[in-house]
Amino acid sequence: MSVTIAGVTLKNPVLTASGTFGSGLEYAEFIDLARLGGVVTKGVSNVPWPGNPTPRVTEVSAGMLNAIGLQNPGMEVFIERDLAFLKGVDTKVIVNVCGKSVEDYLDVVRRLQNEAVDMLEINVSCPNVKEGAIAFGQNPDALYDITCRIKKEAAQPVIMKLTPNVTDITQMARAAEAGGADAISLINTITGAKIDIEKRQFVLANKTGGLSGPAIKPVAVRMVWQAANAVSIPVIGMGGIATAEDAIEFMMAGASAVAVGAMNFHDPYATVRVAEGMEKWCETHGVDRVSSLTGIV
Amino acid sequence: MKKKTTMTVLDSHMLAQDIWSLELAYAPEDIPDEVRPGQFAGLYPAGGDMILMRPISICRWDGTRGTLRFVYRAAGKGTRSFTSLRAGDRIDMLGILGNGYDLEKLRGKHVLLLGGGIGVPPMLELAAALQGTADSGTKVTAVMGYRNSGLFLKDEMEVFADVYTATEDGSAGTKGNVLDAVRENKIQADVVCACGPLPMLRAIKRYAQEKNIPAYISLEERMACGVGVCLGCVAKTTKVDDHSKVHNARVCVEGPVFSADDVDLD
Repeated sequence: MSVTIAGVTLKNPVLTASGTFGSGLEYAEFIDLARLGGVVTKGVSNVPWPGNPTPRVTEVSAGMLNAIGLQNPGMEVFIERDLAFLKGVDTKVIVNVCGKSVEDYLDVVRRLQNEAVDMLEINVSCPNVKEGAIAFGQNPDALYDITCRIKKEAAQPVIMKLTPNVTDITQMARAAEAGGADAISLINTITGAKIDIEKRQFVLANKTGGLSGPAIKPVAVRMVWQAANAVSIPVIGMGGIATAEDAIEFMMAGASAVAVGAMNFHDPYATVRVAEGMEKWCETHGVDRVSSLTGIV
Repeated sequence: MKKKTTMTVLDSHMLAQDIWSLELAYAPEDIPDEVRPGQFAGLYPAGGDMILMRPISICRWDGTRGTLRFVYRAAGKGTRSFTSLRAGDRIDMLGILGNGYDLEKLRGKHVLLLGGGIGVPPMLELAAALQGTADSGTKVTAVMGYRNSGLFLKDEMEVFADVYTATEDGSAGTKGNVLDAVRENKIQADVVCACGPLPMLRAIKRYAQEKNIPAYISLEERMACGVGVCLGCVAKTTKVDDHSKVHNARVCVEGPVFSADDVDLD
């Protein structure tokens, strides 16, 4: 069931989607984290970020909208608390990095050079913060530039996490690849909004939020397929994965690994359930190596 | 230990307009060691299109039988779906969540419980738990605020506390809110525990500060995970919170019960 991405071997293709799993500490009460291919942490910035006002989350049909705004305690607390915890877990550690400026990202990338981190995932796709983040992911030149600069400083392989809120995902995938990215991951959330018609106002304090959950899966499968066909670096696929069958679908679309996101909230055991289900599916379908499914369509 | 479990419905009935009582039983192997008053659980609506649990406060806990009772307002699509549950049906639940009230801080005191609307139910479990500390001299007075004469849980509360009521329409008890009833009945207490809408909690925080007594309040916020990862349900704190390192605490983990002085309600 193992897959290799940028020289890093994951024991199975199932990761956690950034922001839906903390650093795993809370879900360790429900599941054995060692059964995951890897833990992708919540976004980490150079200094603590307070995030957005509440309400920050609301449910929609087969999904949810969030506008957390990348609240996080900053890289020093993250290293001291979260990375120290993850050191004791037998799984790969992928740190999601966020920033408002290129320098912010580079601060975190440099600070993590000598830490026990297997890969970096660069968040250039959060729709809920005013500066940085998505601005780098919606312009191919900016994406190319930030990827180049991060690659120069990073000690670990770099995954660029892409936003679906673009006209042509292949342009972004190619820009990340040209900038030297070792892999890309997609999709981050799709910008959406919900209005409380009785109160005649937006439900979220931020007005707009990122849509995630099963509702976005077909969009994600389509974009993973398009991106995977545009580049030769590995693609990590995510967006509404709830079951092993969903994960297999992403693999067939072109993903080398997958991540479970919003469905962790529905079922804290979802990641392990998907990993076990994929193994069973491969067995019953005579698939020896799960990686052979990648891009099979 | 938190778990997602499948519960069996023992009873479901309406108590007042849109207010429902739901009693659930754990499978024997899932019964938790401890449930504290003020804690909550997440109930999952059935069917594929609603993915998030609905956080609902615990109204009664019977550790011997392994049963939980919830009293909730059928307000949206998810909670309305719970009203069609019948005895014998199954429902998925995430629990037990949140910190709950610290009984040691209330032991031996005259405790004033203030429940407003759907903030009444957790006060019942708290009153019942405080009865266990009656030997230490704990005295419990409960003031419950309602919209109208649908005084749900009042009779049950009378088993554990001296009860006063307030109604918005004046159809029972004091016309007005819970603090109007406190003033009208000249209730003096050592400590306040409260659950209810935000404007009520703001007023209670001011009242406790004027009286120079501690107040513990239970906050409500929209949440997704219920276990502290999504950071959806944060409350603004007056000091830098130890987990977040910013002025935000997680209602689902550090709360829902906070010392009123520790949270910024404005």
